[in-house]
Amino acid sequence: MADKVKTAFLLAGGCAGCEMSVVDLSEGLVDALDALEIVFWAPTVADVKYKDLEDMPDKFIDLAFVDGMIRNSENLHTVQVLRRKSKILVAFGACATLGGIAALGDLHTKEELFSQAYKTSFSTDNPDGVFPTPEVLLDGKYNLTIPTFLDQCSTIDQVVEVEYYVGGCPPHPAFVGKLVGAILSGNLPPAGSWLTGGKAVCDICKRNPALTGQERLPVGEIKRTIDGRPDFDKCLLQQGYMCFGPVTQGDCGASCLNVNIPCRGCGGPIPGIKDFGARCVSTLASSMANDAVAEQFIEKYNNMAKMFYRYSHTASKLNHKIAGMKEK
Amino acid sequence: MSYNPNIVGFACQWCTYAGADLAGNLRAKYPPSIKLIKVPCSGRVEPEYVMEAFAQGADGVLIGGCHFGDCHYKTGNHKTSQRMKIFAKMLADTGFDAKRFRLEWISGAEGYRFAEVVEEFTKELQELGPNPLKGGTGHGR
Amino acid sequence: MGIFEALKKKFGFGLEPSVPVLTARSSTMKKIEINPITRLEGHGKIAIFLDDDGNVDDAFFQTVEFRGFEKFLQGMPMEEVPRTVSTVCGVCRGVHFTAAMKASDGVFGVTPPPAGRKLRELFFNAHYVEDHSVILYALGLPDFVVGPESNPAERNVVGLINAVGADVGREVLRRRGLAVKIFELLGGKPNHPVAAIPGGWSKQLNEEERRQIEEWSKELVGLGELTLKVFADVVLKNDKYMELVTGDMYRVEVGYMGSVDAQDRITYYDGTQKVIDSQGAVIGTFQGKEYLDFISERVQPWTYLKFPYQKKIGDWKGMVEGPGTNIYCVGPLARMNVVKGMDTPLAQQHFEQFHATFGARPVHNILAYHWARAIELLNAAEKCLQLSRDPEITSKDTWNKPTTCTGEGVGIIEAPRGTLIHHYLTDGKGMVTDANLIVATTHNNAPINLAVKKAAKHFIKNGNVAQGMLNYVEMAFRPYDLCLACATHTLTNGQSPLAVDIFDSSGNVYKTLKNF
Repeated sequence: MADKVKTAFLLAGGCAGCEMSVVDLSEGLVDALDALEIVFWAPTVADVKYKDLEDMPDKFIDLAFVDGMIRNSENLHTVQVLRRKSKILVAFGACATLGGIAALGDLHTKEELFSQAYKTSFSTDNPDGVFPTPEVLLDGKYNLTIPTFLDQCSTIDQVVEVEYYVGGCPPHPAFVGKLVGAILSGNLPPAGSWLTGGKAVCDICKRNPALTGQERLPVGEIKRTIDGRPDFDKCLLQQGYMCFGPVTQGDCGASCLNVNIPCRGCGGPIPGIKDFGARCVSTLASSMANDAVAEQFIEKYNNMAKMFYRYSHTASKLNHKIAGMKEK
Repeated sequence: MSYNPNIVGFACQWCTYAGADLAGNLRAKYPPSIKLIKVPCSGRVEPEYVMEAFAQGADGVLIGGCHFGDCHYKTGNHKTSQRMKIFAKMLADTGFDAKRFRLEWISGAEGYRFAEVVEEFTKELQELGPNPLKGGTGHGR
Repeated sequence: MGIFEALKKKFGFGLEPSVPVLTARSSTMKKIEINPITRLEGHGKIAIFLDDDGNVDDAFFQTVEFRGFEKFLQGMPMEEVPRTVSTVCGVCRGVHFTAAMKASDGVFGVTPPPAGRKLRELFFNAHYVEDHSVILYALGLPDFVVGPESNPAERNVVGLINAVGADVGREVLRRRGLAVKIFELLGGKPNHPVAAIPGGWSKQLNEEERRQIEEWSKELVGLGELTLKVFADVVLKNDKYMELVTGDMYRVEVGYMGSVDAQDRITYYDGTQKVIDSQGAVIGTFQGKEYLDFISERVQPWTYLKFPYQKKIGDWKGMVEGPGTNIYCVGPLARMNVVKGMDTPLAQQHFEQFHATFGARPVHNILAYHWARAIELLNAAEKCLQLSRDPEITSKDTWNKPTTCTGEGVGIIEAPRGTLIHHYLTDGKGMVTDANLIVATTHNNAPINLAVKKAAKHFIKNGNVAQGMLNYVEMAFRPYDLCLACATHTLTNGQSPLAVDIFDSSGNVYKTLKNF
C-alpha cells in the first residue's frame, strides 16, 4: 500500500470557511483520510502547535493548503515556515488567492479602522484611550506579546512561491472532493495553475440565454436586489441585476443563481485575466445599453471599488501598491 | 518643481492615431510626454491595461477614440464610454487620483486638437506631480 | 538600515499614547506560551506565568487577530451586507448573515411575510445542527473520547473517528452533511449563504424540496439523539470526567445572557434578550437598540479582543467572578440558565435531566457547555422537522418589497456561540454609513480569561508543564466554542507606541529605542 500523503492545513488571516469545505466532504472525508495523513491543521482541528511545525524537517509535508490572506506578522511568519516544510503549497480559497473580502480593509487608513474599533464604536468604553500593543509589560511583571498588524494585506503568492490556486468563498465541497481525487491520482496541471474545471459561471448557469438559442440583449435598467424579484428562469444580468457570472470561474455550479441571487465573483477570474475587478467593470459595462445606464449603475451601487474588488483587491497590482503607500 | 510627465496613450488606429500623424504633418507642437500604443479601436482597451500602466509608474494615461457615429466598428466607442465612466469612478474609489486618466474623442482630421490635448494634459500632470507609486513599497515578487 | 529605521518600518509611528508607555524588558517570571491554542475557530494564545516554585502566578487568554469589517462595510448597499459580513467567519457560517439580514429589515422598514420568516428560521436551525455537530465532534469531544492527556497527534477528529470506528464516523458526518444540504438548498451555498433580501428570502420551496428537507430532518433528529447518547456514554457515565465536569477547577461564577420567546423558552432566530446575574436574579430584558443601555466594552493593551460587561450592574471592576460581578457569558450554557424550557418535546426531556443533575441554578460548571450544546443540537433538529411540515413553508409569498429607508437597523440573534448583535446606520438610499458588531465570543472574553486562569492554577504545579497538563488548560476555553475571527472582526492600527530598553550584562540600560 502506498504511503499516505502528508497533508497540512494552515489558517492565515481568513475565516476558516475553506477548511469547513473539507469537513463538508462529510462521509467522503473518512474515505479521503485513507489516503491522507493530517500532520498539521492549526489552529482549527489538530493540536500540533507552531513550534512542532518549525521542528519538522524541510519538505516533510507533501501537500499543504493555506486559507486566508496575510494580515499580520504571525500569518507572514507561519506561511513562510510552512513553505519551507512543504513540497507543494496550495493557495486555497478567495482570500489566499486574491485577498478576499476582509482585504477591503486596505481601502481605509489604519487610523480609520483603528478608531472605529477602539474609540468611536457605539458600545466602546475606553476612557484611557488604551490600544492593543505588540508588547506589554503588565503590572510590571507579565510580558505579553501579540502579533503586529501589517500595513497591508498580501495574497499568499505575494510572499512565497505557490504551486496551485483554488478559488471560491469557500470552494464548494463537491469541487473539493474532485480536487482530492485529482491530487491523489496525480492528475494535475503544471505548477502555477489554478485548479479549476475551466468553465465560467455563465457556462454552467441554467439561465444562459444561449441554451435556448436566444441572443443576449443590452441591459436597459440597473436593479438592486431590493428593486424587484427576478424571473427564476432568465439571466439575471439580462434583467438588470448585476451578475459577475461572465468572468468568474464556475466550479461552484453557479450556486447563487439557484436562489435567484447574482454572482459576485468569489470563484476567482476565468483564465487570462490579470486584474479581476477591472475586467469585471469591462464586461458588465459592455452589457449596458448606453451611457445613461452606466451612470445609473454608479448612482445605485455607489462605491465601485468595494463592488468590483470584493474578493480581489489585494491581487490587483495597482491596488496593492496604493495600499502600501497610503497614509498610516 | 517640474518634471517630465510620462503619459501612456492608447490611440485608435482609425481616428486618434491618424490625428496624431496629422499633428506631425502640420508641425503642431506638443511636449514629448506621450507614448502612443496603436489599437484597432478604443473599445479594445481593457481597464486592466490602464491599471497596469499606473502600477508600472505612468504619470498619466490617455485613451483616444472616434467621435460617436464615426466608430469603424459602429459601437466600439460606445462600449469604451460606458466602461471608462465606471472605471474612472472605481479608480477614484480605490484611492488613486482619477484626474490622471483621460478619455478623449479625437478624429483623424483633428491634428491640432491632438496636440492641444497632450499639451493640456501634460500641464495638468505637472501640477499633480509624478505618480506617487513610482518605486512603491508593496510586497513584491 | 539602522535598528530604529527597521523598528519604524515594522511598527510605524504610533498613535499618541495617552497612557504611560510600558517598557518591554526581559521579565524574571518564567513564561509558558500555548501558541496557537487549537481546536477552535481563530487565532489565540495562552500565556502562563510561573513563580519560583513552578506554580502558576497568573495566566492570560490573548486574541491575536482582527480585520476591520465595521469600517469597510461603510459605503456598501445594505442589501449586499449580509453575504459580505458572512465572511467574518466560515465556521459560524450563517450567523452574521442572519443578524445583518434582520438589521436590513429595520433599515428598509420592512417585515418579512410569515413564509419568508419561516424559511429563514428553517435555514437557521439547520445551521445550528451542522455547527454544533462540528464543535462537538471535531473540536470538543476529542478531549473526552480520545483522552485529555493523549498523544496530540491523535487528539482530534481523526483520532475520534479511529476511536469510534469508521462506520460510526461516516454515519455522523453523513447526517451532519444533510444539515449542510438543507442550508445550501435554502441559502444558495453550503457556506457564506446569499439568499437574504431585506423583507424576506429569495428562495421559494416547492413540494419536492420540502419533502426532501422533511426526510433529512428526521435523520437530523436521530443525530441529535445519537449525540446525547455519545455524551452520556463517554462523559456522564465516566466518574473521572464527571469530577472535571462538577469540579471547581472548571467552574466560573458569572452572569448570563440569552434570548427567550414569549413563553420564556429557548429561541434562536428572534426573541427578547434576558440578562441574569451570577446568582440568577433577572437584571433586565431588551430588544434592538436597547442593547446600548446594557452592554459596554473595555479595551486592554495585551489582546485585540474587547471586554464587554453589564453596566446596569455597575462600572467596570476588572475580571472578577462571584456575587456582584458584572461579567457575563453567552452561548449554550448561558441559554440553559436563562430559559425556563425548550420549545420541542425531546429536547425538553434532556433539559430537565440537565438541571436535575446539577441542582442549583444558574449552572456555573463550564464543561456543561458541551452537554447544553448537544441538547440544542437536538432542539434545532426538531425545529427543522417542525418547520418542514408547516403548510406555509412552500408558499410563494416569501418577500415584502421595501418601499422606504429608515436609515437604521439592529439585528439580534442567538448564534450557536451566543448573542450576536449587528447595528447599522445608512443614508437615505440604504448605503451603510456606520456599523457596530458585538459578537458572541467577545461577550465571553472575560469569563474565558477567568476559566483559563483557574485551570492553569489547578493543573500546573511544581513546574510540570507536560503537554497533557497544558491541554487541561486549553480544555478551559474549548467549552465556550471560541470564534475569534468573529470576535475580532474589528481592525486596529497595529501601530503602537513601543520603547525598547537594551541591557548590558551588568543589567544597566545601555540604549533605549523608541518609535515616538
